[in-house]
Amino acid sequence: MRWSKLYTFNCFRGHHGDAGADGPSSDGAGAVGGPGFSRVVHCNNPGLQKPLKYPTNYITTTKYNIITFFPKAIFEQFRRVANLYFLLTAILSLTPVCPFSPVSMIAPLAFVVGLSMLKEGLEDWRRFIQDMKVNNRKIAVHKGDGEFMYRHWEELCVGDVVKVEKDQFFPADLLLLSSSYEDGICYVETMNLDGETNLKVKRSLEATLPLEEDESFKDFQAVIRCEDPNPSLYTFTGNFEYERQVFALDPGQILLRDSKLRNTSFIYGVVIFTGHDSKVMQNSTESPSKRSRIEKKMDLIIYILFTVLMLISLISSIGFAVRIKLDLPHWWYLQPQKSNKLDDPSRPALSGIFHLITALILYGYLIPISLYVSIELVKVLQAHFINQDIHMFDEETGNTAQARTSNLNEELGQVHTVLSDKTGTLTCNQMDFLKCSIAGVSYGVGSSEVEIAAAKHMASGYDDHDMPLEDIWEENNEDEIELVEGVTFSDDRLMHGNWTKEPNSSTILLFFRILALCHTAIPETNEATGSIAYEAESPDEGAFLVAAREFGFEFFKRTQSSVFVREKHTSPNGTTEREFKILNLLEFNSKRKRMTVILKDEDGQILLFCKGADSIIFDRLAKNGRVYEVDTTRHLNDYGEAGLRTLALSYRVLEEAEYSSWNAEFLRAKTSIGPDRELQLERVSDLIERELILVGATAVEDKLQKGVPQCIDRLAQAGLKIWVLTGDKMETAINIGYACSLLRQGMKQICLSIPTGDQVAQDAKKSSLTTEQAAKESLLSQIANGSQMVKLEKDPDAAFALVIDGKALAFALEDNMKHMFLNLAIECASVICCRVSPKQKALVTRLVKEGIGQTTLAIGDGANDVGMIQEADIGVGISGVEGMQAVMASDFSISQFRFLERLLVVHGHWCYKRIAQMICYFFYKNIAFGLTIFYFEAFAGFSGQSVYDDWFMLLFNVVLTSLPVISLGVFEQDVSSEICLQFPALYQQGPKNLFFDWYRILGWMGNGLYSSLAIFFLNLCIFYDQAIRAGGQTADMAAVGTTMFTCIIWAVNMQIALTMSHFTWIQHLFVWGSITTWYVFILAYGMTLRSGDNYQILLEVLGPAPIYWAATLLVTAACNIPYLIHISYQRSCNPLDHHVIQEIKYLKKDVEDQTMWKRERSKARQKTKIGFTARVDAKIKQIKGKLHKKGPSLTIHTVS
Amino acid sequence: MTPGCLIATFLVIGIIFVPFGLFCLQTSNHVAEINRRYDVECVPNAYRGNKQAYIKDSAISKNCTLEVKVLDHMRAPIYVYYELENFYQNHRRYVKSRSDKQLRFGAKYTGESCSPVQWDHNGFPIVPCGLIAWSLFNDTYDFTQGSKEIKVNRKNISWKSDREHKFGKNVFPSNFQNGSFIGGGKLDPTVPLSEQEDLIVWMRPSALPKFRKLYGVIEEDLEVDETINILIRNNYNTYTFGGKKSIVLSTASWLGGKNDFLGYAYIVTGSMSIFMSILFALIHVKYPRPQGDTNRLSWNRKNSNN
Repeated sequence: MRWSKLYTFNCFRGHHGDAGADGPSSDGAGAVGGPGFSRVVHCNNPGLQKPLKYPTNYITTTKYNIITFFPKAIFEQFRRVANLYFLLTAILSLTPVCPFSPVSMIAPLAFVVGLSMLKEGLEDWRRFIQDMKVNNRKIAVHKGDGEFMYRHWEELCVGDVVKVEKDQFFPADLLLLSSSYEDGICYVETMNLDGETNLKVKRSLEATLPLEEDESFKDFQAVIRCEDPNPSLYTFTGNFEYERQVFALDPGQILLRDSKLRNTSFIYGVVIFTGHDSKVMQNSTESPSKRSRIEKKMDLIIYILFTVLMLISLISSIGFAVRIKLDLPHWWYLQPQKSNKLDDPSRPALSGIFHLITALILYGYLIPISLYVSIELVKVLQAHFINQDIHMFDEETGNTAQARTSNLNEELGQVHTVLSDKTGTLTCNQMDFLKCSIAGVSYGVGSSEVEIAAAKHMASGYDDHDMPLEDIWEENNEDEIELVEGVTFSDDRLMHGNWTKEPNSSTILLFFRILALCHTAIPETNEATGSIAYEAESPDEGAFLVAAREFGFEFFKRTQSSVFVREKHTSPNGTTEREFKILNLLEFNSKRKRMTVILKDEDGQILLFCKGADSIIFDRLAKNGRVYEVDTTRHLNDYGEAGLRTLALSYRVLEEAEYSSWNAEFLRAKTSIGPDRELQLERVSDLIERELILVGATAVEDKLQKGVPQCIDRLAQAGLKIWVLTGDKMETAINIGYACSLLRQGMKQICLSIPTGDQVAQDAKKSSLTTEQAAKESLLSQIANGSQMVKLEKDPDAAFALVIDGKALAFALEDNMKHMFLNLAIECASVICCRVSPKQKALVTRLVKEGIGQTTLAIGDGANDVGMIQEADIGVGISGVEGMQAVMASDFSISQFRFLERLLVVHGHWCYKRIAQMICYFFYKNIAFGLTIFYFEAFAGFSGQSVYDDWFMLLFNVVLTSLPVISLGVFEQDVSSEICLQFPALYQQGPKNLFFDWYRILGWMGNGLYSSLAIFFLNLCIFYDQAIRAGGQTADMAAVGTTMFTCIIWAVNMQIALTMSHFTWIQHLFVWGSITTWYVFILAYGMTLRSGDNYQILLEVLGPAPIYWAATLLVTAACNIPYLIHISYQRSCNPLDHHVIQEIKYLKKDVEDQTMWKRERSKARQKTKIGFTARVDAKIKQIKGKLHKKGPSLTIHTVS
Repeated sequence: MTPGCLIATFLVIGIIFVPFGLFCLQTSNHVAEINRRYDVECVPNAYRGNKQAYIKDSAISKNCTLEVKVLDHMRAPIYVYYELENFYQNHRRYVKSRSDKQLRFGAKYTGESCSPVQWDHNGFPIVPCGLIAWSLFNDTYDFTQGSKEIKVNRKNISWKSDREHKFGKNVFPSNFQNGSFIGGGKLDPTVPLSEQEDLIVWMRPSALPKFRKLYGVIEEDLEVDETINILIRNNYNTYTFGGKKSIVLSTASWLGGKNDFLGYAYIVTGSMSIFMSILFALIHVKYPRPQGDTNRLSWNRKNSNN
């Protein structure tokens, strides 16, 4: 629980940032002391460190404090144009200009503003509490004389020496001095910075290695001169002056705030950047306030209405001025000679200006203040429904979905592109060892999710393409079995020592040894239970080790030089512990795509174990090592198709002499100094990794979160585009693409990447360009080729996938290329960006958001997704196991990716329609009401007299018409949630904006205009001058006003009753209750003498007059006939999807005709090229093709 | 909300509205009305050019006699109205200028709300105050048929609740119209406001600049072709603002006065509905769309286009 705003994408990089980023650390030392490098840290010397020069470690992320809250929050409120307008009218209502009583103007405003401010205040308070939590964490700080004391984080100062213990967060940016390891290394988890879960190694300077005890800091003195605070996470430049020597510092020695110490018992460090100076805090910016598209459009409509308001006010005031000038002197009954300045015949212009204000207030009903209140209220209630939805409740974590801001509910219904993080969002970040191929035999009977579904699909009859997949999913979910974490492998041939009975048991033994030995993981024994957990650099290594343990090869101890394995079945006398001496370890990197260990076993035999990508390993096989190549390749293909990630395992036996000569060369390369050291090492490594013998291959399933493929499938069917942005390697990302069906065999992949350094350099030499330009050129041509390929493709079923890596993305996001890139990306069915930094995630999100101009939704779980989440129109955080940053920055949080489907397809769809209809209706009813006031002016000499009683006007928006529209906003459902899920295509009504386009808005406004005319003029003609009663009495203003008002209440409430398609007792209660309330009110109001001419109006005047009731009926009918005509036309000639489905449901056709219903359900899915369904279709096509070729004798191998 | 249901709705609206409209029209036709404008007629020819001089000169007799012929049989009660046109009783300045409290409880509640007519030139409160009361209509009518006087009942022409609750029984007019600038009619200071029904009727401002107010009730039938004489005391000044004055005699039905509009409006709305129901029924027959026809779903339509 820390800051909500880390890692916001910062578009204006500061001067320092540029300096830091551009100056590589090697030559940065020269810049120290220059501009931007002014920081001087006196280590362990609080006396010398000027206390006020650098801030303390106190952080605050709140917007307000107690003093600034009121002025600032009020200022924020009145930055909204509408609020400012209401404020102005409220102030003016205190003057005699106002046609109403001041309370009726001020009270609603105070309510609205007060509510919003309360909300702001609560949110800020929550932030404050969080800050306090962080500031009050404790850390051991050197107090002098080698003693360390615990202090709060906030009291930490630059130059302090701190001791951080295992699994603690670093309280500030530190320089690593020494660690519990002899060689001064420590392991750091940077999950909160970049979302990567693998551990990173930091290494202290050799000079500070001796500082490994508390006492040694007694006399420790040093000076650090380094760069000024900047937001660049991956650079650092500085000098360390210690014992009269100067050492250059690089990012390898810097421990950043918010990362975590792992696998190391403690470290000592010096504080360099504190509080808001730290790199993490420098990366944070204010979270942008987001508004939904509908709301923005609503603002536009408000402006239009405001223009209309100004216009009719102007007409009124001109009319008034003219009347005053020409007629008032003759109207003796008004005593014009005693006029004040508000209606002075001699100064008509001045009076006109005063009247303009009166008119603006009088017609203010056109811009309903209650609209804002109602929308806020409705959204809060909608959010409440989202929070309460039991279908989005995660039983494991006990979390429900949370709408953290209620502003964006309706935006959920208009999402066009989903940008998803991978780790922790799509996957559990957990690998399952599922299958393996040893010595050309495939083991492992577990099936990947893809296989299970495909098998079921085919079993149920592969001829029927229209068969919906629903059932498969449903059954599939039931099949979910909880297994040991990391192992879903089951095959009795290998388990429980049975492998020794297999024909190739020696190869199998080698295979298991490779699994247990060829890695860089560290075992961690849980002292309580004795079980062992593995801290591995990547989760697949962990999966291998767990699998090896299950097979009886338990890796339990690692020293600097040896690896210890407990083997169960290799010797007759039960479990034996074996030690393997590690001679060399050639690490994995994305370029080598392989990893090798050279070790000596207990018999003194030197073995080389190598695991790596199949293509790399197959290239290096010895002639006699290719025995199993054909079978293994076949298996690898099968695994790949099943969405598994594969590695090939191989070994080599080395002769003592051969090894030592190679080792000498290797040591030489290792100790060589210079820029080509890496190249040298690579070359030497290459020498030994040859002549390998293939043992087999592994297949690991990157465990997807529950329901992810299904969810992606449905979202794809709902017409959403899905982009995956991940920090992972390209291979991993592609594998995941396969696993969640974003990629499949037969899809054409367009891979965009920058060629390796050498190639670019060569190209650059040839064409005399700089390296960067050459890289750009190459990328540009790749994009062009890709676009060409897409254009030339004839097959409508062909699907393209775009895979781009971080480096290429950096160029692709530049101004001149980004549109080309985006156009290509839009053409592709799925897009996967790998190796992207948090900032690039935000940049891609921005590109999509601005380039396509549609709503984007970003979903992620880690701190590295915060930028993306804040940048997107809607940010969704996964409230999973990892930190809370993503959730804190998000607009909605769900506990699992699969809930996204319901959030969008059900709640999004509903909220969008509800809000859209609600706003339209609001404009309708206020136009219908507001304009009647204007018409009346024309008959009252533009004097500003209202035909309605003040109380009617006040109650109109507050009581008499508010509840039905709120119930519309909260409860309306065009179709039930099941149907929403069954017909994902209905979701497209949102992105296409069918319910809030100008046609609809203007239609409703036109309806409002018509209604106002009908209400006013029908009533006027009926009550013109004749008696209204058998008793001969004529109608006065109160009677006419009350009748008109009754008609309005009936008309607008009937209208909303016609609009609603979902009636429960609540809606009935509200609609009919509103009408009843009006009669009750007028009765009650008529009882009190204060009601003036409305005294006893219903009982005595209007109630007994049949003409009153006749007029109400007539006007109500007349007002609603156009809408009836509209829906009749729509229903009979041009029905929308949900209308048809409503009819089907209504007529219970779905029950009668199951096949039709199922067929439509499957058709209702957008034709998609990605997702599970598409994949299964493709697989079926493929198998059919095979069947066709090979004849019917072939039996289909279905995997159970 | 199926098309069939909508067609039925239209039909039902039409079936109810048209007969009801006809019925209203019928009722309205049975109401007999005599409407006679007299503001110009009653000005002596000599003053036709300068009507204001005529009305302002209290020396000139304002009496004027009209002869009215009854065209239809009028059954008692016959309501007598005065009708003013171009008189903005709904003007904000006018509507605001009154004090309900003073009307009910008396002079001590005189206040600014009655501006500009609340104090007389001596500073005493005017009861009833305000522009509305000050501009009280004061033409009077007497009806004779031959030599027989037709009695006009001027009681019970106002709303009962007004008499009983809004105009005080103990509030008597005082200082009313005693200034130099006299507006409309005067009131008998010995009669409490609750019995000043002319005032009570007048004090209810009308919604439109043309309005009728009840003057009295004739409680005997008038036969066809009878001639009645109306003696008008034409006191009220409508000449300054160019307003028209008429006298109206009308019977009333259950719907009130003669009101053809209501009937026509019902008939028009009803026939519109019937027309629509026929139209949509035709559409429905010609281009039938079976209920829940799946071919209408957007994804199916898209496919058929391809």
